[in-house]
Amino acid sequence: MVREETASGTGVTGASVPVRKGLFTDGASPRLLGGRCGVCGRHQFPRHDTCPYCAAPGAVEVELSGTGRLWSWTSVTTAPPGYRGEVPYGFGVVELPEGLRVITRLTESDPSRLSAGLTMKLVVVPVRVDEDGRQVVTYAFAPGDPR
Amino acid sequence: MNDVEIAGVGIHPFGRFEDRTVTDMGVTAVRAALTEAGLADGGFQAAFCATAYGGVASGHKVLSRLGMTGMPIVDVEAGCASGGAALMLAAGSIHAAVYDTVLVFGVEKMPKGMIRSSFFEPWQEDSGLGATPAYFALRAQRLMQDSGVTKDHLAQVVVKNRRHGVHNPNAMFRAEVDAGSVLGSRIVCEPLHLWMLCTPNEGAAAVVLSRAGRDTSDGHRGRVRLRAAVLRSHLPGSVLNESTPMSGLVDEAVPAPTTLAATAAYEEAGIGPDDIDVVECQDTDAARELLSYEELGLCPRGDAATLADSGATALGGRIPVNPSGGLLSKGEPLGASALGQVVTLVQQLLGESGHNQVVGARAALSHTVGRGANASVVVLTR
Repeated sequence: MVREETASGTGVTGASVPVRKGLFTDGASPRLLGGRCGVCGRHQFPRHDTCPYCAAPGAVEVELSGTGRLWSWTSVTTAPPGYRGEVPYGFGVVELPEGLRVITRLTESDPSRLSAGLTMKLVVVPVRVDEDGRQVVTYAFAPGDPR
Repeated sequence: MNDVEIAGVGIHPFGRFEDRTVTDMGVTAVRAALTEAGLADGGFQAAFCATAYGGVASGHKVLSRLGMTGMPIVDVEAGCASGGAALMLAAGSIHAAVYDTVLVFGVEKMPKGMIRSSFFEPWQEDSGLGATPAYFALRAQRLMQDSGVTKDHLAQVVVKNRRHGVHNPNAMFRAEVDAGSVLGSRIVCEPLHLWMLCTPNEGAAAVVLSRAGRDTSDGHRGRVRLRAAVLRSHLPGSVLNESTPMSGLVDEAVPAPTTLAATAAYEEAGIGPDDIDVVECQDTDAARELLSYEELGLCPRGDAATLADSGATALGGRIPVNPSGGLLSKGEPLGASALGQVVTLVQQLLGESGHNQVVGARAALSHTVGRGANASVVVLTR
């Protein structure tokens, strides 16, 4: 099941709110906001000031690649604690060209339609409506065309 | 390390006990261990209580019931490895000549269903990323990608452990299952079906450690030595270890916390994986057991399926793993699970395991790994 009802790019940005600020950019070509260490050069996501590999302060915010390759995947069939969205949903690890593996939702919830190495594209997806009627959105990866 | 011995062990069965509090269960296990150690009236100099969800002063509440307070009582949390962490602290304090006799116990009363962990931040729960079994599934999926492990191997781990669990009076599930039924149970997170996942539950276990060479005329169990009790955390970079990061590096060379703990434990004990006769390992899910074969050095990297297929890890095999039935049969009371393994392995080394006895066992290894990441490896010999 592919759910492409992304709040981004449909003009309803004023009515949507991210699960947390500073995780991703919205719009037609969303990007995850990561960090790059100025000392060891390694990337991190989400971004924290301190590098989780060498403890150097001052990691620079970078927009991570919007496409990557699928490395592992499954599907969540029962709503986990604290989650108020729909099930099932896809869940996996996507490798980005920055040398980073990211834990992420997947828009594809049928594991048999996924395979290692598949090209994946970042999208922004709704998870629930909050108490003010706004769409709460988060990041996910969708099987993408490999162009 | 060869100067710490097991003076006594005690256990409260693992399962569901609606009329018993976590403190009640702790009292049962502690009283049994102290009685066996010849310390029914007390006499230990410190106590470490392992629990992840027991709450404030869990250890004090148990020992207050017995009137055994005044000494330091320290609660220890290290996820599923809490009991291993408590054991490490206790053994270290004896080894360092701070104490002669230390009580270690673990207690837990988990709510039913998927564990809600305070580990996850609200945005992660909101995004559906707080799904603990899904992380197990991602690891299982990679194990299947990287080796010859198939879903049938996962089912066979459950079949083996449930068969072992039939004869364990302290286990929660004591009926045999066949592979078809395992694969027919509900899919929780592909490739993991419901019966491939252990059930968080309730229970308690206790171990009394003392300096080796103490007078044994009171009949305590000084014949089993604690040769290593090692705790390790994760190294940064791996996205699939139990530290559950939101990202990691494209790097296959990051050693797993279990590997770190096992390597240190073998060195401390002065024996290697080939010397081990019986293993109790963390079968949180069926794939976790197979991965542990590799991480503990029971087989080369990538050979877990071959080892399982050979029958070596079943009772009667070369290196039986989880003769108690494992967590898949016992369920997992987090704080008590590592010490429950030690209790069952002490019984193995003393030839008291009945139908599940590994004949002639002289060296035993217990392994737990969980949130943190925390991995513990304990080596016992007689």
